[in-house]
Amino acid sequence: MGSVTATVASPTDGHVTPWFRTFGAIVAAGFRRHATYRQAAVAGVVTNTVFGFLRCYIFLAATDAAGTVAGYDRAQLATFVWAGQGLLAVIAIWGWTELADRIRSGEVAADLLRPVHPVTNYLAVDVGRAGFAALARLVPPLVVGPFFFAVYLPRHWATVPLFLLSALLAVVVCFGCRYLVNATAYWLQDVRGPMILWTLGSGVLAGLYFPLGFLPGWLEATLRYATPFPSLLQVPLDVLVEREPMSTGLGLVGVQLGWAVLLLALCRLVQRRAERRLVVQGG
Amino acid sequence: MAEVGGGALRAYRALLGAQARSQAAYRTSFVVDLVGNLGATVFDVVTVLVIFGVTRELGGFTLRETLVVVGLSSCGFAAADLLVGNVERLPRYVRTGLFDAVLVRPLAALPQLLLMDLPLRKVSRAVFGLAVLGFALASAGIDWTPGRVALAVVAPPAAVVFFASVFVTTATVSFYWVDSGELANSVTYGGRDFTSYPVTIYGGWFRALFAYGMGFAFVSYHPALALLGRADPLGLPAWVGWASPGVALVAAAVAVVAWRVGVRHYRSTGS
Repeated sequence: MGSVTATVASPTDGHVTPWFRTFGAIVAAGFRRHATYRQAAVAGVVTNTVFGFLRCYIFLAATDAAGTVAGYDRAQLATFVWAGQGLLAVIAIWGWTELADRIRSGEVAADLLRPVHPVTNYLAVDVGRAGFAALARLVPPLVVGPFFFAVYLPRHWATVPLFLLSALLAVVVCFGCRYLVNATAYWLQDVRGPMILWTLGSGVLAGLYFPLGFLPGWLEATLRYATPFPSLLQVPLDVLVEREPMSTGLGLVGVQLGWAVLLLALCRLVQRRAERRLVVQGG
Repeated sequence: MAEVGGGALRAYRALLGAQARSQAAYRTSFVVDLVGNLGATVFDVVTVLVIFGVTRELGGFTLRETLVVVGLSSCGFAAADLLVGNVERLPRYVRTGLFDAVLVRPLAALPQLLLMDLPLRKVSRAVFGLAVLGFALASAGIDWTPGRVALAVVAPPAAVVFFASVFVTTATVSFYWVDSGELANSVTYGGRDFTSYPVTIYGGWFRALFAYGMGFAFVSYHPALALLGRADPLGLPAWVGWASPGVALVAAAVAVVAWRVGVRHYRSTGS
């Protein structure tokens, strides 16, 4: 990245390779930064494991005599739960208030001086964080689950790469949502309200508390296409357990891609509007 | 301690009053918090309803029977969270060294911690939990006897004491493991989820550990069986349903000991 100061012109001259190099460097820095919290990762894995057991037993109890419920068989439910507990940490659905804190304290001014757009910068850090979480938080539940429950292994070779792509898109969609929630701090003094709404809505509507297939069909379809929430967990997990044919899975990942692009564009728009009215206090 | 008896009470009252005033100063935030906290408990109950949307019974229990279990659990958890839930901030206080400031004041550490943020916003949750319990008791077709009335009165406070003890006990982990983060959640919130369903749905050692090792079965499941007049499918005798106050007292004793030992073990992280 070299040394850059606020007076250096932004790299807008269309050099794609330096852009990728910068993005890659920030991703790597994000990975390293979060890799230092190893004890917290262990504590998180223990918590995810307990909830994996709880949710798995609860959903399995809902299966009928034939062992199916809402289009999932028992093994698919087990995979859905255990992969979901890991994915939850990869997308970091809850608890990110860094941007809101920086806006309130005025430290965000330093972000605006950087030659990288704030949305790009925070996204790169988040992708790095997700990379570490994929190793430290997604792998353990995927290893622990099969010891205690019969899990479903994908039958089609293309499922695994499609799941990984879907999980990456889920990270981007979740980042976009969290960025927008945090960015309300530009207008509101206190972001607790938007934060609470996000925490409440995201867990239920993403398919964490119960697979959205448990809901009436029309409601699930509305949530899938009209809101970004199922793109956070439900879609990648449905892809992994092959709930629907490959073609439907591809279509759902396409919907995720659409949400990812739309949310990132919205983040940039909100950021631009916010910068026009931002007044940082203090000297 | 003896000479500060009246003074300590006055000090606690001053702390409490300051909290209440400071929270009332930000009306909008307070209302948002109130609604948000209510939402969290509502969704717990909605989850149970959604699951019963795809199945007629869960572990051999119908929706009306399960709601008694849910009501006892959510009422007990929400009230305990209101009273001592703040203690889950202990890891942060220990990590940042704020706990030092608590210890040097001439008041007991635990009450101070609890009063550092009086979560009035959680009142909405506790009220909702109580409403669910009331509805469940009224609609489950319970054959009311004096014994069952007494149990219906005693079981919710016992659940509160039990969950409060769980909150305090799990928080003390941070005295030994500073970076334990969300670990306590696995037993507090995990315990809430565990007690929201009949224990018959869980299997093997996991059920043994949570239900009987940690005692969560006595919070909602066994009292509900006694209220409904159902025999335990797992074979425990009927009087176990009346054991919940006793179990809660044992849990409280464990919490007190864990707290005392923990505070004595506490070493400041320094700065």
